[in-house]
Amino acid sequence: MQRCEGCMAYQFYPRTICSHCGGQGLAWSKVSGRGRIKSFTIVRRGISRAYEAPYVLVLIDLEEGPCMMSSLVECDPDSVVVGALVCVAFQSWSSDIEMPVFKLV
Amino acid sequence: MLDKSLRGKVAIVGVADTEVGVLPGRTPMEMGVEAALAAIADAGLEKGDIDGLVTCNAMAQPMMYHAEATAEYLQIFPRYCIAAGAGGGTTFSIIHHAASAIATGMADVVVVAMADAMRSGLTRDQAMMVQASTGHPEFEQPYGPTVPAYYALIAQAHMAEFGTTQEQFAAIAVACRAHAARNPAAQMRDLISVEDVLESRMIADPLHLLDCSLVSDGGAAIVLTSAERAADMKHAPIYLLGAGEGHSHEHISAARNLTTSAAKEAGQRAFEMSGMRPADMDFAQLYDCFTPTVLVELEDLGFCEKGEGGAFVESGALMPGGSLPVNTHGGLLSHSHPGNPGSMFALTESVFQLRGDAGARQVVGSKNALVHAQGGIMSSHTALVLGTEAS
Repeated sequence: MQRCEGCMAYQFYPRTICSHCGGQGLAWSKVSGRGRIKSFTIVRRGISRAYEAPYVLVLIDLEEGPCMMSSLVECDPDSVVVGALVCVAFQSWSSDIEMPVFKLV
Repeated sequence: MLDKSLRGKVAIVGVADTEVGVLPGRTPMEMGVEAALAAIADAGLEKGDIDGLVTCNAMAQPMMYHAEATAEYLQIFPRYCIAAGAGGGTTFSIIHHAASAIATGMADVVVVAMADAMRSGLTRDQAMMVQASTGHPEFEQPYGPTVPAYYALIAQAHMAEFGTTQEQFAAIAVACRAHAARNPAAQMRDLISVEDVLESRMIADPLHLLDCSLVSDGGAAIVLTSAERAADMKHAPIYLLGAGEGHSHEHISAARNLTTSAAKEAGQRAFEMSGMRPADMDFAQLYDCFTPTVLVELEDLGFCEKGEGGAFVESGALMPGGSLPVNTHGGLLSHSHPGNPGSMFALTESVFQLRGDAGARQVVGSKNALVHAQGGIMSSHTALVLGTEAS
């Protein structure tokens, strides 16, 4: 994840400027992969045939601060609650695309 | 000092809706033009009197130069001509712009005309493609969000933070339908109950089918002019007394807050210009693409405290005869939702109401109203205060 070398804040998605202080000194930094469910929904009608419903769409507040959208995988959709702790997992979607998704801790 | 406030300087003098619902074979351009000509006639004007034209693009008939193409179709030759794009918020943000254009002399008489054919002009796959194209292409879309899912994220966050219930969201759909039942033009007029909403198919938890707005064809138009020119028109003018916008994000994952939106700034700015308060409003038309949208807006616009939207709705306030009738035509939930033009009907309805011409659904004696629309995922908000007296 991008981190500002000036104010040390993390940001997501990546940009050419820091969204906190406007600084331009941004470097890639390893993060914990841990977070908390900010909100979620169970999509009962998928966006296309490629997405088999039901699936759990989540907004994750990452431990480092930023929020990101993702999928919650390997869970019982009806047991998901706001505030639950999650950690990242990586799913291979093709030979060159690996997607960050999340699992309940 | 130069008076920069728009308060009372501009008025709506003509309004018209097309038929709405399922209208196969009608193009957005045809419906937009029909609405424009009917609104011009309603104002008692001729199309040659129009020197400003504002439209929004149509998803079922996209054009590179939409407003110019509409002017060409109508054979009018305006000096102010622009197509705007702020999603569902377009309607009222463009009223803010058009009023400013009149106040600064860019145009004297502006027609705002919008129409789309979301129901009949797109195939199911095309409609899903339009849905899929919302959201950040790299960091949101890959996870398969649908438009209802985005708003479900807001609903779920509100439930977790304030204990809001599905029944409370459902009460909003029930109220909109109760209004629509009194409106012969509405697409859906059969009364529904909270149980009906909860028993309808789950789309994206906690949103059921009946928590979601309609998909429709249709269009509407208004005519705006200066308060001076409006004074001797066919109908009593409906004045723009306040206008305010708030823009907080584009993508929901970048929202400052899921349960408080920029409707708050939009409302504060509009009320400040108008010199009025939420309690002075006789009715409100609030953007209702999904039921939780209305609940958050009621709080953010100051009709109740943050977190109390659920109880406010449950009190019956939004119903016909309630303390704050909301979406008196039926809203996007029950009147129609032809895409970006959706809130045009909330605007024309407000004019019908303030003129006293709303028939069986008339809010008796209404003099002031708040109208609000938002675009994106609670991204781009505009609030307008309308009234029957300029000062």
